[in-house]
Amino acid sequence: MSEISIQREDAQRMGFFTDTTVCIGCKACEVACKQWNDLPADGAVFRGKGSYDHTGQLGADTWRHVRFIELLEPSEIAREEAARALANGAGGQLPQIPASELAEAGAGVRSEEIPDLVSMASQEVDVARAVADMDRWVFMSDVCKHCTNAGCMDACPTGALIRTEFETVILQPDVCNGCGYCIPSCPFGVVDRSHDDGRASKCTLCYDRLEDGMEPACAKACPTDSIQFGTYEELVNLAERRVAKLHEKGLDRAYLYGAGDAPENAIAGGLGAFFLLTEPPERYGLPADADSPIQQNVVPATLAAMAAAFGAAASVAALFRFRARFLTGMAVAAAGVEAWRS
Amino acid sequence: MAEAHPVGFRWVMRAKERGAKIINVDPRFGRTGSKADTFVPIRSGTDIAFLGGLIRYILETESYFKEYVRHYTNATTIVSEKFADTEDLGGLFSGFDPETGTYDRSTWMYEGGEVASAAGTREHATQAFTEKTGVGLLEGPLHRDETMQHPRCVLQLLRKHYSRYTPEMVAQICGIPEQQLLDVARTLIANSGRERTTALVYAVGWTQQSLGVQIIRAGSILQLLLGNIGRPGGGIMAMRGHATIQGSSDIPTLYDLLPGYLPMPRARATQLTLDHYVAANRAEKGWWSNFDKYIVSMLKAWFGEAATADNEYGFRHMPKITGNHAHFPTMMRAVDGGLDGMFVMGQNPAVGSQNAGLMRHALRNMKWLVIRDLNEIESATFWRDAPEIQSGEIAPEDIQTEVFLMPAATHVEKQGSFTQTQRMVQWRDKALDPPDDARSELWFMHHLTKRVIAHYANSTDPKDWPIANLQWGYSEHHEGSVPDEPSAEEVLKEINGYTVADAEPLSSFTQLTTDGSTACGCWIYSGVYADGVNQARRRNAGDINAEGGWVSPEWGWAWPANRRILYNRASADPQGRPWSERKKYVWWDAEQGKWTGYDVPDFPPNKAPDYRPPADAKGMDAIAGDEPFMMMGDGRAWLYSPSGLLDGPFPTHYEPVESPVPNLLYPALSSNPVAIAWDRPDNPVNIARDPRWPVVMTTFRLTEHHTVGGMSRTLPWLNELQPEMFVELDPTLAADRGIVDGGWLVVETSRGEIEARAMVTERMRPLRIADQVIHQIAVPWHWGYSGLNTGDSINDLLHLSGDPNTTIETTKSLTCQVRAGRRRSPETSTVGEAPHGHVDVNHEHPSEAPKLRQTHTP
Repeated sequence: MSEISIQREDAQRMGFFTDTTVCIGCKACEVACKQWNDLPADGAVFRGKGSYDHTGQLGADTWRHVRFIELLEPSEIAREEAARALANGAGGQLPQIPASELAEAGAGVRSEEIPDLVSMASQEVDVARAVADMDRWVFMSDVCKHCTNAGCMDACPTGALIRTEFETVILQPDVCNGCGYCIPSCPFGVVDRSHDDGRASKCTLCYDRLEDGMEPACAKACPTDSIQFGTYEELVNLAERRVAKLHEKGLDRAYLYGAGDAPENAIAGGLGAFFLLTEPPERYGLPADADSPIQQNVVPATLAAMAAAFGAAASVAALFRFRARFLTGMAVAAAGVEAWRS
Repeated sequence: MAEAHPVGFRWVMRAKERGAKIINVDPRFGRTGSKADTFVPIRSGTDIAFLGGLIRYILETESYFKEYVRHYTNATTIVSEKFADTEDLGGLFSGFDPETGTYDRSTWMYEGGEVASAAGTREHATQAFTEKTGVGLLEGPLHRDETMQHPRCVLQLLRKHYSRYTPEMVAQICGIPEQQLLDVARTLIANSGRERTTALVYAVGWTQQSLGVQIIRAGSILQLLLGNIGRPGGGIMAMRGHATIQGSSDIPTLYDLLPGYLPMPRARATQLTLDHYVAANRAEKGWWSNFDKYIVSMLKAWFGEAATADNEYGFRHMPKITGNHAHFPTMMRAVDGGLDGMFVMGQNPAVGSQNAGLMRHALRNMKWLVIRDLNEIESATFWRDAPEIQSGEIAPEDIQTEVFLMPAATHVEKQGSFTQTQRMVQWRDKALDPPDDARSELWFMHHLTKRVIAHYANSTDPKDWPIANLQWGYSEHHEGSVPDEPSAEEVLKEINGYTVADAEPLSSFTQLTTDGSTACGCWIYSGVYADGVNQARRRNAGDINAEGGWVSPEWGWAWPANRRILYNRASADPQGRPWSERKKYVWWDAEQGKWTGYDVPDFPPNKAPDYRPPADAKGMDAIAGDEPFMMMGDGRAWLYSPSGLLDGPFPTHYEPVESPVPNLLYPALSSNPVAIAWDRPDNPVNIARDPRWPVVMTTFRLTEHHTVGGMSRTLPWLNELQPEMFVELDPTLAADRGIVDGGWLVVETSRGEIEARAMVTERMRPLRIADQVIHQIAVPWHWGYSGLNTGDSINDLLHLSGDPNTTIETTKSLTCQVRAGRRRSPETSTVGEAPHGHVDVNHEHPSEAPKLRQTHTP
């Protein structure tokens, strides 16, 4: 293995399974993370949009972030009264529908995802039930994914980003030169530059706690066990059983994001920190598909050139895109950096 | 619960995983609603209408747990013919005196008997203290109709009382679809009975209303009808506002109670003797027949050797109460100039109490003020930073109050115990030394008391007797950086009780005596230090997978007698058999002739289910073997409350004191006719249905902050999570007022106005109430003018009113007006200095004016 990594014989891959169906949005993980890792508060900005999310996104000083996803619609009375108020020239603005706001915020919600209550009513659909079904307020505690194909690590020219014996990806601040290449190389927007010293900064999956056999601070603080920590294999197993149970209970839209996929569909080769979601990934600000840029661009291109000789370029490239891990090596990584620079 | 008690909500989520259905009833869709199977957005202040609708449905469909109700409640008991219901008197019960605004409760008694409530009786704040400080007698035989058909039996009275709480009526009052009430009722019925139980959980959303106690009573009636009291998975859980609020009512910080729910003695014209006091509070039948043992043992703990039979164990020297000395009357006394100073510990009245402008006025009128807190809170800086100082209305140099700010240790910097809602006492060890001069409450009270005792040691004045003779022998030891920390375990040992002769810890309150040979600080806690071991420090969960192992009796210690579920005799049928295998908990073992089970049985251990008391039986002998509610004189749980409550034997829907809609059930009345109102120019009320106050306002807590922010707005990590004071409102109301999401808005009441950021959200929804569209706003109360992030305090906009039973304030259902923009002046409260403030009590609608009474006598 030519990746820069910490080796230990008996170490296993460790990860997070974040089950959004039991998250209550208490943000204890955010605070526990900041406390353990001694990260400063990075502002106190009232962000509006009807949301309790005032920290916004993951960043150099926010390694856990609870995203609030509004799936509410105005009630019928609200609609009627708004129309009346506007007709009377009461001023103000139309009631804002969260979906349009989300779209505006670039979260990628498609308009066809938003049920049209008016037409539903005219079709004699049970509007009350439809509204009740939308009465959802979904929370998701986001974190570094500790990808199998870690874009940040692929892009790092100094070897500051390394893989640990727990197959997590951590940043060594004393090796980081602050070039920032890792930042756009992360398909999830996780890595950020510290405002203080310009170096990169992100979740370590509490590497220091893991070394002492302790679970990460966020998982420890989570009151409902929405964040579960454990060996990767066990977590995937647990998560798959959880999805099956939710399907049994009728929650058909539950699915795993970042785990349990066929290799050709695996997101960034599989995520060390993966999620159970109930809405399309875009609703959570997650890409539907993602990989390390180097895997997406350089590796397929190289392979495509090779494969072209065999006359099967496109399909093979697509296949290999997700299997590229075994090809990972310093030479390729360096090429990747070069490619990205150009 | 997810919002304010996220750690406790862990267990709700566990239950949900196991198939439990979660129903959330709340004016505001919050984090709890997001995890509920059913969310019921009722109008704030209509809880009794909603619960009454459920009660009516259960009765009308004959869905109540008949065997439980017949045997374990007072459903069969016949009520005096003098009693008249609200259905007969247009919303009032019999005995109402319009002059005093109180009830004469003698007409509410059972036929043939007079019975006291478990916690003694209380006087209304407006009532003069009489000779009769309590009624402890259950005179004569009660009359019962086992068929529950007698028109004056409790079940029929209950049926009649709620007969008009139909789904249509409830829908109109609460603003919910009829179907939703029916769905909730059917879910509760399906999940109650022999095989299943349902739990109710409430917090200050129920209590902080002008009829808070009656809302909880309505919940109790519902649970009793469904057979959900005294059984595993049942009950009514009160979520507390802070850690160990339960503990602070057990060993109370309340003016009218002594430790263990013994009533505080009340002054009377002639000397009140211990015999009078015991006679007034001791019950002839049931557990309270032991009353005298508890008070005598408490006096022995207080006064030690000085307490003898000859001097009534020092009872004569105890302070007596002379009126309503609750927080609000005390602060009003300060405003009127009758209070020299105050200790403020774990409280922040300058922004944390209602009508905070009036509170700050009270603080300005004191000579001295001792604040113990973790930070320099608003109550310590009111003379410098309050809005009326910033506006220039009041100058700091005109304030004479001398403020002493004493640094306090946090809960991890001291040892002690927390008592939670299940009455479980859990000891905490100290983890860190407090910084600098910060000290524990125990240290502070101990050293202060020592100095006070020394000051009065040589006094011969009889009034100084209780101080000079106070038994105060706690040892001090070096603990970390603190050289003279008193022993918290010694305090626990005193609370537990001991034999006077050889200072041996008691193992139970059953060992307490009336002859002064035992001392016990709080009888219900007796056993917490059994065998000289701090039982509250235990952390052994045991094998939770074993049969009944989930009770975990060796985790902490629960009062009384380490009992985890009160009245658990009710978990077995009248013959003593479990109602079902699934809900097995405590049962009668006929072979051994005793009660047994997973928990400590809450019943005399050898009293057989078929025991029937002789006619002249006294004390516990008067409780039959199939009467689980032994704290009550009649051994039954009370659907109908013949004594103990000041505002009626049945919960009745009244509109909140401030309401924009009429009372649809009792049009002649608006709000609770006996609620305490303080009619003062500096405490104006928004008159009901005054068009100037059309919007319903409710206050709430956020997960991210703690109470009024003294412990959380000082922490950047929490401030960034909820950085600014805001108000949640629905998009329609926002559109109507031109309020923009994230922009400023002003909330106004007759007490003043505050500004906040607008959080426009569909989580708040307009409701249709009796053909009116009613908007509700929800306001967190975490902000004030000190700390790292500051903001206006909603408490400047609340008025002081009181539930008649507890004097608790109304914070959950008020009226207001909202507009876009910033407030007009730097002041937030307009009531602070009454002569200057523009206090306008509205006289446009005199007929709708609530009956306001001056209840405060300086």
